[in-house]
Amino acid sequence: MRLTELHIGQIARISSLEDSPFKEKLQEMGCIPGVLVKPILRAPFGDPIAYELEEYTLSMRNKEAFSVIVKPLDPLFNSK
Amino acid sequence: MGKGKLKIVLAGNPNCGKSSLFNQLTGLKQKITNVPGTTIENKVGLFAVGEQKIELIDTPGTYSFNPKSLDEKEAVKVFFEDPAPDTILYIADAANLKRNLFYFSQLAQHKLPMVLVLNMLDIADFKGLEIDIDRLQKELGIRVYKINARTGEGTSELKSVLAQEQFVSHYAFGSEDDHTHETHYDAISKLLNKTTILKSKRELVSNKIDAYATHPILGYLMFLAVLLIIFQSVFALASYPMDWIEQGFSIFSEFLSGVLPDGWLKKLFINGIVAGVAGVVIFVPQIAILFFFMGLLEDTGYMARVSFIMDKMLRGIGLSGKSVVPLLSGAACAIPAIMSTRNIENWKDRLITIMVTPLMSCSARLPVYTLLISMAIPSTLIAGFINLQALVMLAMYVLGTVASLVAAVVFKWIIKHDIPSYFIMELPIYHAPRWKNIWMNCWQKSLSFVKEAGKVILIVSVVLWFLASYGPKDNETFSIQDSPTLEHSYAGHFGKVIEPSIKPLGFNWKIGIALITSFAAREVFVGTMSTIYSVDDEENFEQIREKMNKDTLANGEPVYSLAVVLSLMVFYAFAMQCMSTLAVVYKETKSWKWPAIQFVYMTALAYVSSWVVFNVFG
Repeated sequence: MRLTELHIGQIARISSLEDSPFKEKLQEMGCIPGVLVKPILRAPFGDPIAYELEEYTLSMRNKEAFSVIVKPLDPLFNSK
Repeated sequence: MGKGKLKIVLAGNPNCGKSSLFNQLTGLKQKITNVPGTTIENKVGLFAVGEQKIELIDTPGTYSFNPKSLDEKEAVKVFFEDPAPDTILYIADAANLKRNLFYFSQLAQHKLPMVLVLNMLDIADFKGLEIDIDRLQKELGIRVYKINARTGEGTSELKSVLAQEQFVSHYAFGSEDDHTHETHYDAISKLLNKTTILKSKRELVSNKIDAYATHPILGYLMFLAVLLIIFQSVFALASYPMDWIEQGFSIFSEFLSGVLPDGWLKKLFINGIVAGVAGVVIFVPQIAILFFFMGLLEDTGYMARVSFIMDKMLRGIGLSGKSVVPLLSGAACAIPAIMSTRNIENWKDRLITIMVTPLMSCSARLPVYTLLISMAIPSTLIAGFINLQALVMLAMYVLGTVASLVAAVVFKWIIKHDIPSYFIMELPIYHAPRWKNIWMNCWQKSLSFVKEAGKVILIVSVVLWFLASYGPKDNETFSIQDSPTLEHSYAGHFGKVIEPSIKPLGFNWKIGIALITSFAAREVFVGTMSTIYSVDDEENFEQIREKMNKDTLANGEPVYSLAVVLSLMVFYAFAMQCMSTLAVVYKETKSWKWPAIQFVYMTALAYVSSWVVFNVFG
């Protein structure tokens, strides 16, 4: 599953990053496999989206978020 | 320690309280230095602990030690140059330790003596995070301190510790040949598992504010309101100190004219030097107010939200959410605005922002507009409360903004770049303003404006005074008071030479002189006009305006008709008339190609637009 597919408030764990020109930048900003991530805020027009990364809030465009592969936590726990 | 001066380098992520700590440690004893050959600015401050003098060097806040561009490579040299720093003082946001320790781990890898200070413990505490400092010290093998950079708590203790010898961290963030980002993060996670406990998790107020600040309707309304407050302050509030400055200089000129003996020296002082200095200082209130608000918006964390909500719109025209700060700062002065493009990572986004920022109406255009509007636009009220002059002024700002956005679209088309644009940005938590940092920033930036712009304007004023006071014939000195002789001065000759080329825009040779001198800096226009029309009077807006209004063409019609004034305003809105900006663009792009393109496209745009305006209204 990709980061863009999560709904607001849904918690997931980052499993990997696809190769991209911004992969290194994402890593520097803390997008590392194993880290918990949760979309919390959508900019007007739905892009970019702000994600809570365990300790802080990182915003990125959907194009960047698309390259982040995640695994949602217990789906029952997360259903709306 | 038997050393003259300890050299300590301060490092850390953006938004971790680095500037606050720097100000706390060094007080007012600091200066900005340019790393030679680069645009990187390091702040250097001095303080002493007992007999021990300490030099503290601040570095730009960054998320990683990963020099990619030439500038970044220069920036990291501070860690390795000779003499090597005695200590790296690393400041980390305790509420955000994992990411903050990443840059730390990269510095630690280079085996430099370090001290770690943890800031923002109140927020960490609020989040329910407990940090075992003793354990952290043991694991890292270096000193670790808690401070509150905002209140200064813990900084005096830190000061005394900084005079001592420091240790190199022995914690293994990676191995000999494995220093990937993942390995480092892995090691940091292990370290934090041993040293921190998360007790509870509470939601921060930030998230609640963000529901409004980034709301599809309220968010934009809020931003608009903020802009209105800023511009209202720039225009209304700044007018008081500007009046004082004008009066002050006027009194000073009068004093000088009473004291100095008559002759060329007196004229040089009063009409050249004093008038030139006054021309710079008069802008300081406006620029300072703008820098103050920019600093306030950045410091509180609101600016990041503006970038967040504006990104999608700006992306379409080749800019990014991060272009908002430079574009808005461009309304104060293009020079710091262009320097602030450094935090746009993508080269193409950054280049486009640099290329279009000078089209935003900077404060140097303000006196030009003010003078011209007061000449041709009646101060009548529309709909009972809107002043027509104010409306025209607003229209000039809108014109500049629209022009820069359109230019961005064109550049997006022309400039080719392989690396796609991206937008990865931290949304820092909201802070109450740290006034000390904001004032300091405002003061330093205003000061550097006075120094940078001042140099150019002073030289230009003196040169202009000479050109307007002396003519080529028999080295005869001309008295400029009687206007006809100005025609025969050097300046008059220059004006006449270019007159044929600017005639289609409705400009005569006198305006020609002003255009030539304005190519150094736009605000020189007003000074030039005062030189041309009233050299021996102290600079007085009313008088210049009156004399300009009385100036007539051969057929008796006024020179400054509505068409000419509008054409002139449009010319000033678009033309690249700022040497300092061109110099900064050269510094930032490391090539004369971009300033040259900028100069040509803006001037061409100005010429064509002025021609159209003159012919439509003429």
